[in-house]
Amino acid sequence: MSSDEPRLIDSFTAPKEVLQEFAELAEEEDFDPFAETASKRQIAARQSDYHNRRFGRQANESGDAFKATEEGQDVEGGYKEAMRLQMLEKEEQRVRRAIEDKEKQEREEGKDKMDLDRTPPREELMEAAQELAQASGTKRKRRWDVSEPTDENADVKMDDQGEWSEKALEGAAPKKRRSRWDATPADVTNVGETPKRSRWDQAPAPQPEAPLAPIMMNTPGIHADDKHNRYLTDEELNAILPSQGYQIVTPPPGYAPLVRPPTLPPPVTEGFHIQESSDAAAVAAAAGLAPELPTEIPGVGSLAFFKAEDAQYFAKILKEEDETELSVDEMKERKIMRLLLKIKNGTPPVRKTALRQITDKAREFGAGPLFDKILPLLMERTLEDQERHLLVKVIDRVLYKLDDLVRPYVHKILVVIEPLLIDEDYYARVEGREIISNLSKAAGLAHMISTMRPDIDHADEYVRNTTARAFSVVASALGIPSLLPFLKAVCRSKKSWQARHTGIRIVQQIAIMMGCAVLPHLRNLVDCIAHGLQDEQQKVRTMTALALAALAEASAPYGIESFDNVLKPLWVGIRLHRGKSLAAFLKAIGFILPLMDPEYVSYYIKEVTIILIREFQTSDEEMKKIVLKVVQQCAATEGVTPQYIKQDILPDFFKSFWVRRMALDRRNYRQVVETTVELAQKSGVAEIVGRIVNDLKDEAEPYRKMVMETITKVIASLGASDIDERLEVRLVDGIIYAFQEQTTEDQVMLDGFGTVVNALGIRVKPYLTQIVSTILWRLNNKSAKVRQQAADLTTRLAVVIKQCGEDQLLSKLGLVLFEQLGEEYPDTLGSIIAAEGAIANVVGMTQMNPPVKDLLPRMTPILRNRHEKVQEATINLIGRIADRGAEFVPAREWMRICFELLDLLKAHKKGIRRAAVNSFGYIAKSLGPQDVLQVLLTNLRVQERQSRVCSTVAIAIVAETCGPFTCIPAILNEYRTAELNVRTGCLKALTFVFEYVGPQSAYYADSVVTMLEDALTDRDLVHRQTASVIVKHLALGVAGLGCEDSMMHLMNLVWPNCFETSPHVIGAVMEAVEAMRVTLGPGVLLSYVLQGLFHPARKVREVYWRVYNSLYLGASDALVPFYPDLGELSEGQNVYDRHPLQMFI
Amino acid sequence: MSSELRYTANTQLEHLHARYTGTGHADLTKYEWLTHQHRDTLSSIVGHPTLTSYLAIADGEAIGRVKFEMCERMLQPCGPPPAKDD
Repeated sequence: MSSDEPRLIDSFTAPKEVLQEFAELAEEEDFDPFAETASKRQIAARQSDYHNRRFGRQANESGDAFKATEEGQDVEGGYKEAMRLQMLEKEEQRVRRAIEDKEKQEREEGKDKMDLDRTPPREELMEAAQELAQASGTKRKRRWDVSEPTDENADVKMDDQGEWSEKALEGAAPKKRRSRWDATPADVTNVGETPKRSRWDQAPAPQPEAPLAPIMMNTPGIHADDKHNRYLTDEELNAILPSQGYQIVTPPPGYAPLVRPPTLPPPVTEGFHIQESSDAAAVAAAAGLAPELPTEIPGVGSLAFFKAEDAQYFAKILKEEDETELSVDEMKERKIMRLLLKIKNGTPPVRKTALRQITDKAREFGAGPLFDKILPLLMERTLEDQERHLLVKVIDRVLYKLDDLVRPYVHKILVVIEPLLIDEDYYARVEGREIISNLSKAAGLAHMISTMRPDIDHADEYVRNTTARAFSVVASALGIPSLLPFLKAVCRSKKSWQARHTGIRIVQQIAIMMGCAVLPHLRNLVDCIAHGLQDEQQKVRTMTALALAALAEASAPYGIESFDNVLKPLWVGIRLHRGKSLAAFLKAIGFILPLMDPEYVSYYIKEVTIILIREFQTSDEEMKKIVLKVVQQCAATEGVTPQYIKQDILPDFFKSFWVRRMALDRRNYRQVVETTVELAQKSGVAEIVGRIVNDLKDEAEPYRKMVMETITKVIASLGASDIDERLEVRLVDGIIYAFQEQTTEDQVMLDGFGTVVNALGIRVKPYLTQIVSTILWRLNNKSAKVRQQAADLTTRLAVVIKQCGEDQLLSKLGLVLFEQLGEEYPDTLGSIIAAEGAIANVVGMTQMNPPVKDLLPRMTPILRNRHEKVQEATINLIGRIADRGAEFVPAREWMRICFELLDLLKAHKKGIRRAAVNSFGYIAKSLGPQDVLQVLLTNLRVQERQSRVCSTVAIAIVAETCGPFTCIPAILNEYRTAELNVRTGCLKALTFVFEYVGPQSAYYADSVVTMLEDALTDRDLVHRQTASVIVKHLALGVAGLGCEDSMMHLMNLVWPNCFETSPHVIGAVMEAVEAMRVTLGPGVLLSYVLQGLFHPARKVREVYWRVYNSLYLGASDALVPFYPDLGELSEGQNVYDRHPLQMFI
Repeated sequence: MSSELRYTANTQLEHLHARYTGTGHADLTKYEWLTHQHRDTLSSIVGHPTLTSYLAIADGEAIGRVKFEMCERMLQPCGPPPAKDD
């Protein structure tokens, strides 16, 4: 801008970025850093729409038919009722769809008046309502006849009432379409008097806290939008609007509030309870007005957490109230709520006690109050995994206690639990199964069937799906035979195809869940569904094929005779069907083929191959996968000949599937590789490898990888002997190319290289120079990954290089790797050390280049590296050198290593600790045990338990390798130290020593007796426990070696400990006593036990009988001669003399 | 068993014991225990051929007869169970 131009604006404002930054800062004030993770933990937020359809389900109570017949009265909500409700629901959906269709049609015809009101015209509504009424077969009392008109009617009647009309009010707020019968909780007490009235016709009535209140499963949803959409109160309006310029307009004359006066808090319509209007604080909390969430709940104490959503459910216990005014039921309800809150939100100990309480009192609380509280919580949208797990656990425990009291709640529980069966989390599925199986055991088969039957042909696919899964759980819990008649009936249902579809799906789910347990009932199950293959509904046919596939998969390799009836329709079917159903049919065939006899299978395969080859060209991914799978299954059967595969399948197979595109999709990739490997099993290595080996030089890397993986798997399973010289050249060439050209260093190329070279063995010699120079070149590469990979490859090739006699190459590699030991990337360093170790392994310590005496000192500082991979590789190499070539290294160096090794005893990885402990043994063997032992015994004084334990193991290993006589005196001497850790350590070391040396302990038994006397009479429990373990190992070691006198002495010292109650101590003592049975004989032990079997004190008897039982199970026959002669106890008819034993010749 | 041990491996041991015949518990009566002893004795005799033939010689019976009698006697080796006190 030049200076003479006029200024365009007078004032400057802050630059846009700055303003934006301020805005962002302002926003950040409200930013909740936990919001994102919180939503991830929530199950509902994570799951798909399909999963979340569970919130739309309506649960009805299922009447207890058994109880009804017992008491001779009609129970509300039985099977009949459920069926009626279900039919109504279906009818409603149909009518709604009809209305929608009509609307759409009208809109298309331009008849739509484009008014803002989206309510359909009155005539239609009336018509729909009439239809509904007819369908329900009841005299329908319309809602608009009642004092509270609905909004649909309102706009007809009061169209011209200005902007304050209900219509405008409703229109102003975003309206959620609510199904009419959800909105009004039924007045249960009325139902008995007017049984013909369906519940959604009734005016809203306050919910009595009756046990059979229907639960509205979408309660929180309604509630949540109530929070936002409820009417503003006058106070709130005053707070929002300025005091001037506004005035409150009086409503027009003649206006009567339609639904409710807007100043009152709205009657809350959620099912689980109605809030008393006096609970002002609670209502406020529920509505989200109370900003602070409580941390302390009266009567509950402090919780681990408390969410805003919890406030709605637990409103009643959030405030203090006078308990004396409450009725018994209310008290009970509050008690349940407190326990549930403790379980759901409490810390583990709180949770544990609460769970036990709720279990113990379950029958006292009753099924109704319990489930009315638990189930709505489970349907909360913000539920998290942990909460769900805990609540499900509560249901599980409570179910056990309630047993058949649970019957009226079966459907409600199912509605909540069934979604778990299709959860993506495995454990959730298992939990769901557990609950449903317990539920069916408690409620009984008849009740389960009558409860779930209405859902079988439910209009919603989601409901049918979950119901089918639930049924399969019932079948596995109560046995397939009991469910079979029902299944037969359902699968043949004439009324609706949905029922047949679900019935067949139940069979499928049974097969998937029970596996080979379906075999005894296979014929019945197949016959049950066989007719479904010719059903008129395509979906039913597809499902039948899928169910057959599942059955065949579950019963493999048995049961072909049960499938006889379906073979023909299946094979005919593949010629008739296309698309999805063809895929299902092929899948079924693929699973049935492996069951067939080899002599017939080839005919069937020829029939199906034609279709398979046609479908090779399909563009449908799902079909591709199934075709590949079936080809794999065909190839795996015995009946198909290599010739047939080579001629008829391979050409088309390679043309369609060995293309670059297949390598891009992960699942296709895997399937193609698996199928090709299976084909190779029949057609031979050369056939397959010959076809794809040139693709190792393909320009697309994913494709090269796919080729490499296939070759690896084929050669790993079949070997390389089939590969001729020319193919060998191409193969090695291709592999070297593919290895060098890789840009993403991963395991596939490395594995492939290693496998192929190892399979070729000595034949690889001509190529070794080239391969090693590649490795050497890559060992100096800039990228650490490449260096690491080169080192890994060396590890794999070392054995083959040695086989080929190329020792020079090995020593060259060894030297280069030795120079690389300064590597700074730990992963790479670990690989390099491992490679050095592999070379040292194959060439031996004497020929090793660099010489061991140079290599080991270089390793000592590396031992301090904290990286696990480095540690493990290093300790393995050092251990190997200590084992094989310890004499090449000066003793001083070994001692230095000993001190470094102590640190490795603290490693997290067990492999490292074990290698370190073993290294102590090797070092002690070459150096003599004294110095090493001294290091280890001193290490018993350190604080860290793991280090001490490992030292004791190391001491024992030293004792084993160098002979116990070198260690036991030192240990006994160390035991005299007046330090608890050291003494325990010594005892522990002795346990391992005697465990390892076995029968050799006979020479040392007497020398440790005095120490054991001391330990077994110590006040410290752990001393006695560890000493008992020593006695056990000692006694087992010396059995039959003539140490009975000292063992008897030890037995007398161990025996008084049998009354210990600490689990570990008593366990050790009992084991010591068991060991004594072996070494002293059962007769001696029996004489100890007889003293207390009939002792007047129960506590004594219990312990003695336990010992007796162990004794009896260990040596019942040997006890016979030792039983006391109790002939003098004989009385009356009972003669206790053992006469056969009193005979002699 | 005391309550501290209710949740440890030792309870499993007890359950394990309870699955076998011949094991006992704190409330076992004299009659039951001795019946088990007698059955064990008899089965031991049947199970050791040397013992069977020894008894056969002592009794002057055939070995098969001895075996049969031993097996028969296992039914109620100490006579019928005594009447319950309560």
